[in-house]
Amino acid sequence: MAYTPDRSQYPAMKADGSLDIDLASGKYLKLWQGPNHPGITGNMSVELTVCGDEVVAGKTHVGYLHRGFEKLMERRTFIQCFPIVCRICVPEPDFNEYCYAAAVEELAGIEVPEKANWIRALILEMGRINSYLMYLGGQAGALGQGVIGQWTTYARDLMLDRFEELTGARIYHMFIMPGGVRDHLPEGFQGRMQETLKEVECTLKDVWEVMFCNAVFKRRTVGMCVIDPAWLDEYGVTGPNARAAGVAKDVRRDAPYLVYPELDFEPVTGHDSDIYTRADVRRRDLLMSVDLIRQILARMPKDGPIMAPMPSMLHWRIPRGETYVRGECSRGEYGYYLVTDGSGYPRRVNVRGPSYTHAMSLLERMIVNVNISDVASLMVSLHTYPPEIER
Amino acid sequence: MDMRALYDRLKALYPLGELTEQRANLAFVTLPAEYLRPALLHLRDLEGYRHLVLLTAVDWLEDGLFQLTYLLCNRSRNCDIGLRVMLPREGATMASSHDIWPTAAVYQRELREMFGIDFPDSPGVDEEFILEGWNDIPPYRRDFDTLKYANDSFAQRAGRETRDPETHMKQQLYPDRD
Repeated sequence: MAYTPDRSQYPAMKADGSLDIDLASGKYLKLWQGPNHPGITGNMSVELTVCGDEVVAGKTHVGYLHRGFEKLMERRTFIQCFPIVCRICVPEPDFNEYCYAAAVEELAGIEVPEKANWIRALILEMGRINSYLMYLGGQAGALGQGVIGQWTTYARDLMLDRFEELTGARIYHMFIMPGGVRDHLPEGFQGRMQETLKEVECTLKDVWEVMFCNAVFKRRTVGMCVIDPAWLDEYGVTGPNARAAGVAKDVRRDAPYLVYPELDFEPVTGHDSDIYTRADVRRRDLLMSVDLIRQILARMPKDGPIMAPMPSMLHWRIPRGETYVRGECSRGEYGYYLVTDGSGYPRRVNVRGPSYTHAMSLLERMIVNVNISDVASLMVSLHTYPPEIER
Repeated sequence: MDMRALYDRLKALYPLGELTEQRANLAFVTLPAEYLRPALLHLRDLEGYRHLVLLTAVDWLEDGLFQLTYLLCNRSRNCDIGLRVMLPREGATMASSHDIWPTAAVYQRELREMFGIDFPDSPGVDEEFILEGWNDIPPYRRDFDTLKYANDSFAQRAGRETRDPETHMKQQLYPDRD
């Protein structure tokens, strides 16, 4: 039987648009979801005001992981910033490296060699697969399917092995540096990557059958927490959250970068804009990344430089200017706004992560009228990483 | 889209500064604070710049100015325009744009906390965003000294030794050399 909320219990609205919530009335209860909660997406919390088991208001709180990256970068030379930017996002750090490097290169007038661009695209697609695998585990886990997370962690671990042999690191790769990339592909890498991709596809097949075809999963996600396409511009919604609403927003196609114009792909979209559709868009996007990696490996130049000639890192000054560079990460538009003043240090670096809007204003809008038991599922379905918010 | 043509159309309406064309599809322009909201509405409603990519600030301490940057995107034409507004650092205040883009309220709340720029009437602008119980100057201002704050606020762990890197490495590698 469909759930019907009792509207008579709802709080009245004040003249300024805020809700008149009288906690002393006994009608409402404050409930904190996070920062320590199995259904929270990382280091954040949501302050829920509930009426019965229904949410009438929600407020996102961040700041549990603030490390002041943007401020730190103003005190570091351009090359010293490079190893710390990846730490802004743990599950998919490579977009920080790429966007920072691309912004610096643009303002410094550095031309990146062609092969480095192919390797960069390879790294970014590998990171996207890892991020989606982590998401699928979280989405299923939010609805009680713990085993999916174990399977996707297995597949992610295989991809981390490829990262390790390519970059020397599993999580923070520090591989895409201003001017190019640090190294060529190791001997035999392509064959091992093909094996990993097959295993990822195999895992995705199991995930489809056990997660997406599961009656409970469908029951709790189909038609739930819909993003109205009219909200996309209002709330700056990008990535799979927008594509599941039928809008093919994808920076890889809208504002092509690296080698994406040479690759054959179409943005994955959905229509229903509910939790199920968002999950399915990400699953299909993951499979598209598998295909893109195969295309990259097949078309990548065999030889050629991977680093542009660079000035002395110790005395490197970049002329005054400002730019914005974006890329399509697994959660949407990721971008770096970089301002330089002619010195050897950035004047200002501003990181634009998709979670900034998705986990704050969009989530606070969507969480109203949601049952408490679906809050975790909703939050995970927006695929947010809080460190992007508090940088 | 030709950014110069867009600039000319805007220039006919608002007193704009010089156009800075960073790329063929990215340009920046400065305008007075009082013309910002009309310009934002014009770009959103008539020019297709419906996506507020980001709103952030740059501290030009030497000039006594804050630069607010509103970066807008026209996705269908793959173009971005950055509107710059220069505000005096002392008592910096800017009209809120949360009614144009609801998500702007979050940016404004952060700018209030990190730079001390006020946006009157912006929802929750005075609420703590990231910092809790902060009692110093806004930390993203250039004159905020992070090292001094850290030294004043946090104690070294007992037993921790700090060595001068140059002296330490010399002792490790060339102990006999003066």
